[in-house]
Formats: sequence, structure tokens, C-alpha cells
Amino acid sequence: MKMDLIQPFINAADAVLAPGLQCPMTIANLSMEGESYSPHGIAALVALSGDIEGRIIFDLDPNTASRIASKFAGSDEPASDALAQEAVCELANQVIGNAVATLNDQGFNFRVHPPQLHLAGQGTRITEDTEAVVLCFETGSGNVSMNIALDYGATRVAAAGQ
Amino acid sequence: MEQFAPVKRSKDGQPVRYLIVDDSVFARKNLGKMVESFGGQVAGEAGDGVTAIAEYDRIQPDIVLMDITMPLMEGIEAAERIVQQHPDARVVMVSSVGYQENIVAALQKGARHFVQKPVKAEVLYEVIKYVMGDEGTAGQAAGAGA
Repeated sequence: MKMDLIQPFINAADAVLAPGLQCPMTIANLSMEGESYSPHGIAALVALSGDIEGRIIFDLDPNTASRIASKFAGSDEPASDALAQEAVCELANQVIGNAVATLNDQGFNFRVHPPQLHLAGQGTRITEDTEAVVLCFETGSGNVSMNIALDYGATRVAAAGQ
Repeated sequence: MEQFAPVKRSKDGQPVRYLIVDDSVFARKNLGKMVESFGGQVAGEAGDGVTAIAEYDRIQPDIVLMDITMPLMEGIEAAERIVQQHPDARVVMVSSVGYQENIVAALQKGARHFVQKPVKAEVLYEVIKYVMGDEGTAGQAAGAGA
């Protein structure tokens, strides 16, 4: 797990969440995990392939997702379950997209795959056992968990070895 | 939401008509609210590039707001096809994946501009005014000059 790949995602999460939620965001917890992943709430998994390979998982409990969806939509009404799920996927897209732009400026080329939605209680683990950095962001609307497992892809490693 | 002077079509004073293309309902809803705050009208929506092309043919919007990463057909290809069929089409890419390669590809394929998500209303507003050019007129904001 290459820690220098993590910082752009931390910066991107702050760049997306703080203005969207109109409140500061802090990192409440940072840890390393090595087991396969089971969603805790509404989870969006985004895979990367190319010079950087791996996946990022955004996981929010349903109430937090609903509050964040309402906040981003500029509404006081609680968001429906379907809209909250869509919001988690869109949030994942925006944070990862912003991070990807930074990494691309650093010379990395890779493909971002569309988010896959997974819900807690479905009883399945959605990834293999892999080392991951887990960040828990605290926002005014609740906590947002980001589980990142990334490494340099084979193309990048081969190019570095030449 | 912040007040913006409505942007209308110069030829008939009618609201600018938008086709919003994004596989996320949430994103389409947010963009829809934004363009309505600019005095515009959401004439159609699509969740993928194939539907976007069909919808463009059907509704002939003034502006298309097009995401990039979508199922069936991605936004850059859809933009290219729309512009090939309708050279006057005004396609603005709106995407979270804003790296240089994407932006250059989109502009080379006929898109008029690129806005990165998360979209700021004031940024999109200026892009829309720019893209509409002389064919759009920004009136007075509500309460202005009172």
C-alpha cells in the first residue's frame, strides 16, 4: 500500500465534502485493515485500473447518506432511500474524480470504473482480503468512511524498472 | 440558492432549454435545480450516451450538460456523435473526472466547455453565458434595480 497515493483522496474528500455540506470536515480516525470488506451501511465501490490499481469504498450509514443527499440538494426534506444511495455513488464519483485529476497531473494514467453500490445486510463480502487504509471523516451531517486499497499497476512498475 | 439574472434565448426571449445527461439521478436533479435558478428549463434528461443522442434528436435543446463516465456509451463519444449530426449543438461536459486528457478529448470531439464536479453554480452560470454567446441574453436578477 503506497501512502503517497492516499493524500490526494484525503484532499479531494475535503474539497468535495466541506463546501457541499457547508461545514468543516475532520479526520476522526485513520487505521489499517487487512480483511475483506463488508458494507456497514450504503457503500459505493469504485475500481481503478492502469498505472494505479485498486479500489476505494465509500461507506455511510443510511441516515448520514440521507442527510448528506438533502444537504447537497439544498433541501430540508429528508432524501428517499433511493436518492440517498444515488448520492453515495455520486459523492464517491466526485471525490475520486478530484483525486484522479491530481494524480493525472502527477503523470499517472488510469481508468476510473463506474461505482458499484452495495448495501449492509446483504451478507456478502465485496472484496478480497487486501491491505487498506481506512479513513473516517467527521462532518456536520455524520461520519463518512473511506476504505482505500491502491498500489502501482503493472504498467507503472514495468516502466519504472526500465 | 443564489439569485442569478435569468439567461434567455435572444431570438424569442424564451428560457434556455437544457438536456441533462448523467447516469446519476442525484446529479441530474442537482443540475436541474441549478439551471432552473438561471431561468432555464429542463427539456429532457438521459442516463447514458445512447439515450442522450436520441433525446437530442427529439427535443433539440439549446444546451446539453453531459457527464463522461456512463453506461452503454460514455459522454465524450455521445458528444462527438451529437456534434457530427448537429454541428451547432452546444455540449458542455460536466464531470468529476477532470483530468487534462479527458478535457482535451472532449473539446477536440466538439464539446464547447468543461465544468468539473462538484459544480459551483456561479461557475456553471458563467459557462452557460459564454457558450450561449450572442444567442443568450442575461436579464436583470430578481429585485435588481429596485
